Amino acid sequence: MRNVGIVGVGHTKFGKSELPFIDMVCAAALEAMDDAGAKTGNKNVINQVFVGTMGAGMVSRISGIASAVVDTLNIRPAMAETIENGPASGASAIKLGYMAIASGMCDCVLVIGAEGMRAVSGWEGTDFVATMLHPEGEYKYGLTLPAFAGLFTRLCMDKYGLESRDLSIVSVKNHANACKNPCAHIQAPVVLERITNKAYINATNPIVADPLRQYDMCPVSDGAAAVLLVAEDKKAELGFGDKKFVKIAGIGSATDTHVVANREVPSDLLAVRLSAEMAYKMAGVGPADIDVAELHDAFQILEIAESEEVGFFKRGEGHIAARNGETALNGSKPINTSGGLKAKGHPLGATGVSQVVELVRQLRGEAGERQIPDAKTGLAVNFGGFGNNVVSTILTTK
Amino acid sequence: MGIIIDEMEGKLRPPSIGLKPYDAKVIPLTTGEDMLVREITYDEIPLLMETIEPLMKQPKDFYDIVASRIYAELLGMYRYRVQDEYCFVGAVDGEIAGIVNGRMVNEKVGMSYHTMTLKRGARVGAQLFAAKMEYHFDFMNQDEVWIVAESPNGFKRWMIEYELESRPQCPHELGGVPTFVLTRALWEKHKANKNVGIRPAFEEVIEANKVLHKPAKISV
Repeated sequence: MRNVGIVGVGHTKFGKSELPFIDMVCAAALEAMDDAGAKTGNKNVINQVFVGTMGAGMVSRISGIASAVVDTLNIRPAMAETIENGPASGASAIKLGYMAIASGMCDCVLVIGAEGMRAVSGWEGTDFVATMLHPEGEYKYGLTLPAFAGLFTRLCMDKYGLESRDLSIVSVKNHANACKNPCAHIQAPVVLERITNKAYINATNPIVADPLRQYDMCPVSDGAAAVLLVAEDKKAELGFGDKKFVKIAGIGSATDTHVVANREVPSDLLAVRLSAEMAYKMAGVGPADIDVAELHDAFQILEIAESEEVGFFKRGEGHIAARNGETALNGSKPINTSGGLKAKGHPLGATGVSQVVELVRQLRGEAGERQIPDAKTGLAVNFGGFGNNVVSTILTTK
Repeated sequence: MGIIIDEMEGKLRPPSIGLKPYDAKVIPLTTGEDMLVREITYDEIPLLMETIEPLMKQPKDFYDIVASRIYAELLGMYRYRVQDEYCFVGAVDGEIAGIVNGRMVNEKVGMSYHTMTLKRGARVGAQLFAAKMEYHFDFMNQDEVWIVAESPNGFKRWMIEYELESRPQCPHELGGVPTFVLTRALWEKHKANKNVGIRPAFEEVIEANKVLHKPAKISV
């Protein structure tokens, strides 16, 4: 297979977008194209556009967004497809972009992830996200993603002894990182004592889905992110010769049962483990080689559980590593330097691409105050459903 | 002549049931800052009006209508044209973080006017709303407070979180919007989780918020 890498990245500020959906999508795309130096019109070299989004049609009332983007960006007649894989839509779009180039079908692919979540009310948004649950076995009983995360957290608490405070520790860390990320939705520090003190915890950090509290889960955000992929053997010919090439070294994806209750060990995230193993094998690296990671912390429990499933820590010890500061910016295994979904925000379809944008910035040494020194290899885990479809991606500059 | 003007002014001013003082309290914010919630003084009203004036043209999250109405309510208070109106401010190091106001309909019924957050993302509005309900029930010893919402955020925060009783036949002053009611029973049910604060307020926090000032920049 051909080597595939990233030569351009773009990222809108997550939060409540003031732009119409299509303009927001194109803003991220143009930033990535500008970053790479890609041209439009008759100088366009992009063969294919993939847009990862879970609900552009359902929430933003725009279907066929990839076709619209190609025309708006003036890069016709590039091929265009919209990719839907729940909250893992973004990473799936990157995977397909990788495959398109690695196979030899394309030389240059623009991948965008985007979601407009705040066009609807909070409960409509929660319902929209819940449509990815099993319609008969879960959704019709009123289950939502926060409800599942609450159940999962309780299981982990019972099995591994982690406490509510551990979730808050992860949250505080990610808020601190987001304060150093201009693209983050929430750029406000959070003090651990203020969200854990029993005297006022119910007012500062109220219960949402027992045992989860407000600071144990991500906000609802709009946003878009984009990457420009090229074949290494065509990089110079396409006009990207002077651009830093961040190689996609490994991609893995795996699925699990749709109905969570059907899982053999419901406290495990099997698809995370399998997708990470696949990505490690393809990249020829292991957990010890990862300098920086973006893990899908839609709920803080997921950052802890994923950090174990990808092999950073033993099962049941992720929360201890977080307590010890090992996952902080200055720790031995920095996780979610961008602020994570918790504070950077989680516009579903954008998240997988956004995670990769953060890794590119880290590996290029362009992450500013949140830069991990000498970062060479990074891992992103984008989690779909409640873990029934996960995509892991490894980037490297080695 | 002066006496005549005073007599006329007296006729224009509403009667009062007599407002009790609200004891200032300190609310710990998630950011690590301490917010003082206290009554405003008469002399501070113009500063508050000046603070919210730019928001009267900010349509985002219905700030325009809320700011315009608070402006008018504060002016009414300043000119002594609203019966038993009160206004509290939440402030951090003297910087205005939020404003809440309301008035008494009679001794047993209160009317909530508005809650406005100038420092978003730290649950300032939720805390200030709880403080004003505390004033109606625990200081003024009222039986119920009439409430309406002008934004989806307000509806979620008050109507849903406090499980307010729907009573559309009640004539709330804010535009005839269907009224919801926080009864004493609902207040007693929710106040332990909603209403926090440290009393007596720390001296240094009181001192830091003696003189109020506008936020350098208001991002809503």
